[in-house]
Amino acid sequence: MTAPVYQVSHLDALEAESIFVMREVVAEMERPVLLFSSGKDSIVMLRLAQKAFAPANVPFPVMHVDTGHNFPEVLEYRDQRVAELGLQLVVASVPEALASGLVRESPDGMRNRIQTPVLLDAVEKHRFDALFGGARRDEEKARAKERVFSFRDEFGQWDPKNQRPELWALYNGRHHPGESIRVFPLSNWTELDVWHYIARERLTLPSIYYAHEREVVERDGMLYAVNEFFRPRAGEERFKARVRYRTVGDASCTAAVRSDADTVEKVIEEVAATRITERGATRGDDRVSEAAMEDRKREGYF
Amino acid sequence: MTVETAPPAPARRMDLLRFATAGSVDDGKSTLIGRLLYDTKSLFTDQLAAVEAVSAARGDEYTNLALLTDGLRAEREQGITIDVAYRYFATPRRKFIIADTPGHIQYTRNMVTGASTADLALILVDARKGLVEQSRRHAFLCSLLRVPHLVLCVNKMDLVDFSQEVFERIADEFTAFAAKLEVPDLTVIPVSALKGDNIVSRSENMPWYEGPALLHHLERVHIASDRNLVDVRFPVQYVIRPQSTTVTDYRGYAGQVASGVLKPGDEVMVLPSGFTSRIAAVETADGPVAEAFPPMSVTVRLTDEIDISRGDMICRPNNAPAAAQDIEAMVCWMDETRPLQVGGRYAIKHTTRSARAIVRSLHYRLDINSLHRDESAGELRLNEIGRVRLRTTVPLLADEYRRNRTTGGFVIIDETTNRTVGAGMIVEAG
Repeated sequence: MTAPVYQVSHLDALEAESIFVMREVVAEMERPVLLFSSGKDSIVMLRLAQKAFAPANVPFPVMHVDTGHNFPEVLEYRDQRVAELGLQLVVASVPEALASGLVRESPDGMRNRIQTPVLLDAVEKHRFDALFGGARRDEEKARAKERVFSFRDEFGQWDPKNQRPELWALYNGRHHPGESIRVFPLSNWTELDVWHYIARERLTLPSIYYAHEREVVERDGMLYAVNEFFRPRAGEERFKARVRYRTVGDASCTAAVRSDADTVEKVIEEVAATRITERGATRGDDRVSEAAMEDRKREGYF
Repeated sequence: MTVETAPPAPARRMDLLRFATAGSVDDGKSTLIGRLLYDTKSLFTDQLAAVEAVSAARGDEYTNLALLTDGLRAEREQGITIDVAYRYFATPRRKFIIADTPGHIQYTRNMVTGASTADLALILVDARKGLVEQSRRHAFLCSLLRVPHLVLCVNKMDLVDFSQEVFERIADEFTAFAAKLEVPDLTVIPVSALKGDNIVSRSENMPWYEGPALLHHLERVHIASDRNLVDVRFPVQYVIRPQSTTVTDYRGYAGQVASGVLKPGDEVMVLPSGFTSRIAAVETADGPVAEAFPPMSVTVRLTDEIDISRGDMICRPNNAPAAAQDIEAMVCWMDETRPLQVGGRYAIKHTTRSARAIVRSLHYRLDINSLHRDESAGELRLNEIGRVRLRTTVPLLADEYRRNRTTGGFVIIDETTNRTVGAGMIVEAG
């Protein structure tokens, strides 16, 4: 007989921590909501929510900040997932906010920045006081300094200079009416951890995460799909390429990367290997797109 | 349209090590972290390209890896106070989370924060300067926070001609100092972060050094037995009671195991009520498990229906924490606006339990450089540490911090501003 080894894998440790964080929020906050973009991180987050409260249902609604520029596969995925789990879906709609005059279209047609007032409006209307977001600390340098429980004032603003110390697993979610807490259960996960978890949990993702053929144009070193939201400019040449999306966002400004990874295993290989080739610094174009995509992600919901 | 994922790839059995680094730029801390990230291939191209460009522009002889953690996208960093930054890298053996904390005395609270969850702390000294006040302070804070493993990196060995004598003098001095601090495990490694000596592989420049390279040590340091597997402590976080027609009469107590091992059939006691019962099942969403131990998040079901709510603690009848309203603790104060004062009233968060507390007395304030106790102190200001006595409105189900970092630690919250203003480590609960 061998002595029991009381050890868990890093993925189990991350899962246990995230589940703890989600339970903490539901126990202490009045009206939590999970921001669900149908991106891989929010899909992982939703799985963690299922696990945290099983056999009960997920005890909070999900919210999609809808820019109106959607990949059809992603909207379809959202509706299917929400129906499967019997979730309440709140849609914070940018097109509706444009129609009502809450926000105005920016000159370049990009809707990243005008999402924020739409999000805050929905938060106020539904009196949400805790918003689960799928952001990770490995994404970006400023995010590396953000707390798991990130306090937001009544304007939804993050003040990096005025963050609450976060010790042990003692999270402070106290706030006054109108203020809120953004909660990031995946803070300590990396992109690779997320993909390993997707494989382990056999999570289904929107198909655009896997390699497929698509008509694209190249702009600023990035590959954009040609669709109703993205029109090539004069001189930009359309061509077919095998691509996949590393992140899912607004269809007018989310770029694809060249890829042959059409299964989760191949994506894991690609993500792991990408770091190595990137380190070799041989592919200047990809380099630009990596940074730009991360920036967009940061400017999106958070 | 969706794509069904293939069966899972066999996940590599890596575990997780959290470590805190302390030191200033002068010690080469950022260079060291940059080197670990670089040599474990944990960098993205944009990061490296930026560093190479800046390095080249400045005419640096080497790519200055310190820029990875300090100077990258610096313009966006304008105005951000130096704070704990979390960084990630992995080798086939382990995933690492670095809590990178600034080393100066005005950032003591940041170091305390980073050390609170660390399995290991890494302290750097400059071989040319030897131990300085800051090194001793860092060692003290690590021992106060009960970080189980300490690594002293004697850096910049290339600038002292890789001298064994210099290294041994510093190592001896630090070892003698650490002996006074109850540091359970100390490793001293001579390195050059800039040149990569003894970081990922053993240095050829120091054949006299027979110990491991830093990464080798980080990958292999034994952390499994750091956890307390003896004292069963399960703070109830949330009660799961599905309102459903398919699952009826289900009542489960959700939480993360703080210490000990829980198994079906075990006799347990619930505090503060003192009722006893047996564990009927330990469950996760993936099904029942044979046992639960730290850091697992599980749901415990008992054979008896007893009234249990958030903030209660499941333990064993013959091994229970104190249920105490009088708490003796070391407190690190973290608020710049108002000091801790005797008579002050605060909110407390301890495990999953919240309480209010009044500061009954401040026994002394500790000079964290000299370890001198100032018994005449009337308050604790930002970054000051002292021993206090608290009286709480409800009993805390607590252990000494030295025995249990989860049931022995608490935070102090200002009820007006809602800010976290202090960290407490229980010395005595009675």
